[in-house]
Amino acid sequence: MDLAGPINGALRRVPPWSLYIVAAVPVIWVFWAGATGRLGVEPVEAIEHRLGLWGLWLLIAGLCVTPIRRFTGVSLIRFRRAVGVTAFFYILAHMLVWLVLDVQILAQVWADILKRPYITVGMAGFLLMIPLALTSNNWSVRRLGPQAWQRLHRLTYGVALLGGLHFVMLRKGFQLEPLLYLAAILGLLALRLVPKRGRRAVPAE
Amino acid sequence: MAHRWTNDLTHDDVTPERAWLNRRQIIAAGGLAGLAATGLAPRATAAPEGLKPNTWEEITTYNNFYEFGTGKGDPAENAHMLTTSPWSITIDGLVDRPGDYSFEEVMEGMTVEERIYRFRCVEAWSMVIPWNGFELADLLDKVGVKAEARYVAFETALRPDEMPGVRFPVLDWPYVEGLRLDEARHPLTIMATGIYGRDIPNQNGAPIRLVVPWKYGFKSIKSIVRITLTEDEPPTSWNKANPREYGFYSNVNPEVDHPRWSQATERVIGSGLFARRQPTLMFNGYEEEVASLYEGMDLTENY
Ligand code: HEM
Repeated sequence: MDLAGPINGALRRVPPWSLYIVAAVPVIWVFWAGATGRLGVEPVEAIEHRLGLWGLWLLIAGLCVTPIRRFTGVSLIRFRRAVGVTAFFYILAHMLVWLVLDVQILAQVWADILKRPYITVGMAGFLLMIPLALTSNNWSVRRLGPQAWQRLHRLTYGVALLGGLHFVMLRKGFQLEPLLYLAAILGLLALRLVPKRGRRAVPAE
Repeated sequence: MAHRWTNDLTHDDVTPERAWLNRRQIIAAGGLAGLAATGLAPRATAAPEGLKPNTWEEITTYNNFYEFGTGKGDPAENAHMLTTSPWSITIDGLVDRPGDYSFEEVMEGMTVEERIYRFRCVEAWSMVIPWNGFELADLLDKVGVKAEARYVAFETALRPDEMPGVRFPVLDWPYVEGLRLDEARHPLTIMATGIYGRDIPNQNGAPIRLVVPWKYGFKSIKSIVRITLTEDEPPTSWNKANPREYGFYSNVNPEVDHPRWSQATERVIGSGLFARRQPTLMFNGYEEEVASLYEGMDLTENY
């Protein structure tokens, strides 16, 4: 039985912009919960960590779209832009919490970005997201042309890798959770190398 | 030998019992309105230097105790699994009377005092904690330290059935720590068995833990099952895991940066979402008491 058809049909009725509204809810909730003592006794760290983790989830979700379409036929491509832009805003908020509520001291912010490898790596990931966020609109796709646009947006692979690496580096000792995330990212990227049937074995995009 | 040090933070600096016992009910009763009704300040009065002592809730829900999980809330959630009675400590190595001492035997002849100490984690956060405990020096005297001994090694319990965190080698279990003998004998160094006059909760290192207030928190090893007097510097867990980041001494020092965290300032737990960071004090504010231990030593080398 082919489930992909009905699922795709149902998905067509969901407007992509609804994702932005849904995505705003956890952010509002996390700040409200932190401000009202619902995130334990150290709300700054709790908010910072949750936003970072959710941002990583969104980056990974973005990487899932192509393999899901390829291996199941279910197409989420209409939602991918909203997922990516939301990831950008989550990571932006993650960084701003770190900057404004956590470190606070501007001189120390610079020192941390330069001196602390896990911050440097996270920052590199964030910087790579800026051109992606700026070109996530139809006008940019037309201006760049679909091919150049697609090539540019392969930077998401780098962003996800840097985000995963940042997570592995910031945990103390030898911890499983961040390694599982990094493995998931590597796995999703590896899926893109699976040769397409019926064609010559070329690396897929 | 007890009472060799007195608090500059006094009992008045600690949250009055009714304040911390009632905090949850106060929050449940509707936040600020509830507070106004009970006529209690949400926090204790400030100590002379402006320090705000931490509540029972803060001290017992925000912990690093990786044997029970790496999240700050994991120990409070999981540590109830630890059997703390009966408990015994093996005291061996260069001592006159080695052996397995039951918790009760350890406590025999010890004078339990209240010590209100600053507590500074290497992750750049801090609390003020009213410990109950006895001076480690008294225990060392009880078992008799041989003249050749120069260091004290400590070991935390390792119980895979009771400690979900040890199933994965986050660290090379069991957790081990060490002090130089003169550090161990210092009047500030205590073995804590209580907080706020109650038995120490499992997540804080029940039934007995070390507290060395001028060093980063990870030196203050929890749930101790072995104390060994040695001639050579003993291995310590974080140093084994990452020698570039964690040294043997690990004295609180705002001038020596850790590769992961600047140590110049700290976030005071419980001060809320918009609080400013506080400057970190040399030796965590105990410079007068302990600086002489390290005279002539390069503290950047011996971090
Ligand atoms: C691709 C971009 C990024 C991703 C995916 C990401 C993800 C994460 C994740 C998953 C965590 C750990 C959460 C947890 O422990 O539960 C985290 C923590 C953290 N991130 Fe990021 N992050 C990114 C960028 C940044 C940037 C740009 C900065 C600052 C310049 C930053 C600073 C931090 C800090 C300070 C922590 C906490 C470290 C600690 O508590 O020891 N991150 N991040």
